[in-house]
Amino acid sequence: MRIRSPRDFWAGVMFIAFGAFFVAWSFTHYAMGSALRMGPGYFPALLGGLLVFLGLLVMAKALALDGPKIAAFHFRPLLLVSLSVVAYGYLMKPGGLAVATIAAVFIGALAGHEFKWKEVAVVALVLVIFSWLVFVRGLTLPFPMCPQFIDNCPIR
Amino acid sequence: MEVFDNLWLGVQVAFSWQNFFYCLVGVLLGTLIGVLPGIGPVPTIAMLLPITFNLDPIAALIMLSGIYYGSQYGGSTTAILVNLPGEAASVVTVLDGHQMARQGRAGPALAIAAIGSFFAGCVATLVIATAAPPLAEVALKFGPAEYFSLMVLGLVAATVLAHGSLLKAIAMVVLGLLLGLIGTDVNSGVLRFTFEVPDLADGIGFVIVAMGMFGVTEIVANLEQKGEREVFLGKVKHLFPSKEDLKRSWAPILRGTALGSFLGILPGGGALLSSFAAYTVEKKVSKHPEQFGKGAIEGVAGPESANNAGAQTSFIPMLTLGIPGNAVMALMIGALMIQGIAPGPQVMTDKPQLFWGLIASMWLGNAMLVILNLPLIGIWIKLLQVPYRFLFPSILIFMNVGVFSLSNNPWDCLMMTVFGVFGYVCVKLECEPAPLILGFILGPLMEENLRRAMLLSRGDATVFFNPVDKPISFSFLLAALALLAVIALPNIRKKREEVFVEE
Repeated sequence: MRIRSPRDFWAGVMFIAFGAFFVAWSFTHYAMGSALRMGPGYFPALLGGLLVFLGLLVMAKALALDGPKIAAFHFRPLLLVSLSVVAYGYLMKPGGLAVATIAAVFIGALAGHEFKWKEVAVVALVLVIFSWLVFVRGLTLPFPMCPQFIDNCPIR
Repeated sequence: MEVFDNLWLGVQVAFSWQNFFYCLVGVLLGTLIGVLPGIGPVPTIAMLLPITFNLDPIAALIMLSGIYYGSQYGGSTTAILVNLPGEAASVVTVLDGHQMARQGRAGPALAIAAIGSFFAGCVATLVIATAAPPLAEVALKFGPAEYFSLMVLGLVAATVLAHGSLLKAIAMVVLGLLLGLIGTDVNSGVLRFTFEVPDLADGIGFVIVAMGMFGVTEIVANLEQKGEREVFLGKVKHLFPSKEDLKRSWAPILRGTALGSFLGILPGGGALLSSFAAYTVEKKVSKHPEQFGKGAIEGVAGPESANNAGAQTSFIPMLTLGIPGNAVMALMIGALMIQGIAPGPQVMTDKPQLFWGLIASMWLGNAMLVILNLPLIGIWIKLLQVPYRFLFPSILIFMNVGVFSLSNNPWDCLMMTVFGVFGYVCVKLECEPAPLILGFILGPLMEENLRRAMLLSRGDATVFFNPVDKPISFSFLLAALALLAVIALPNIRKKREEVFVEE
């Protein structure tokens, strides 16, 4: 057996994995109930089974018909953009809006094709001021302006 | 005429200074973000959705739909000025619109797009006002079995009319349904698939899924590509189309409007399908098809009218049945639920102000688009000239603000990342994210209706396809099956592929 369409083959694998997981987890953790009174495990197990079946069809097709290869993954932008989002979320409370924004912009900008730190600094600064004026002052979103160690934040 | 009484009520609601203001803000913000390349209506709406949480439901819905057609319109502007569609529905506008811009006719292209969209929007508003009430009346008689079958039909139809592999699209719907079940089970109170993580007890927010899979993924995919975009640098001179342009455009505008209004109502329809279909039609009926792709104004007028008409009539199944036909409508349903309104046919009878106010605001919003955007084109051009290396960190920050403001919880940012990475894997495996969002929103509703129907029928599963007892449910399922069978026929499958690969 030869994999003729790698893209579809791995899509099938993904669906089967998800489906199998939902079926197994439902059966081992939740009450199934009956068709009359469905327990919390009934519907997910049913759908999980359907997903495995669909995954098998996708996979079978990938073995029978030719298809394209999987396009190359670019891990650098993926990783840096992800890191930028996570950094924003987890720096907001301890560091405040400015720290979170600046960190997210710098990490995110590294994902681009060219990185000139002066340019990035300007973008970060503009975004901090913009966020403060529009989101905190304008839309009154309750984002902390100062790092956590400052008790009475003078900026609001 | 009852329709006009109702519309009059809607006009009064929409023209209250508060709603007028939110419509204006929505249209402006939608256009502003929609103009940015690579940001379509779905991430735009998801990004701005948290802003509307504190508004009253009418204002929130009016603003969101303003954002929707604003971003749609912004996408067209980008398509004409930059050789890059702002969103999928504008893909065909690029073909002739950008050619016109290169020939120094960006002005007439933008103006025709605006005029066509406005005309289509007016017609579509009337279509909604007349078609929605009878449909809602029928839907009021639906029980849980009918609803379950209707959702099955809606989801199947949505995948059939979407582009890409049918099988994978259906699998994505099922995966979406499953992910939608994460969180507390309403019937038993059991925490499902939460893995002892307290942040998962309420499930995953649909805003987070949409922003991750459409926003984060899109940014990473854009960063993969090397090279700068080709931006139109000249000034837009003489905006107004010539007599000749108008003469060539009126028929395509009419055809596009009719086609879009019809296709928008179908599940899975909406802006994208409408614009592709309209382009194909215009090319077929044209006396000089060889001009298409080289700056034929018909290739702008038809699809632009169609996508606006389709965008608007796709509100019909959402408002009357509570069933989203596309990913944008799925977000609208989510917004309704956040506002504490159960989507479905009762919205029209219980909340006539919301229903008719929204419809009237669509007309208002379309008028605003024309009046505001033609003079503002200079600003959009400036915005488009900003290099992507400045834009994408800004888009990232706006998405972060949107997600973080949901509940001031860093966990939400983490989940958005997870769905961003997952969305990227899906792009590589060519699995469409839109069907997953539809399933995600409908998952809990579907389970609820399935459970109720089975309880009412005392565990007899034939309740869904018993032609005597439940003719409506039976015909829905039959239609779903027929759709699947038809699409499996080789001839039709080829046609379906052709419509979406039309170049």
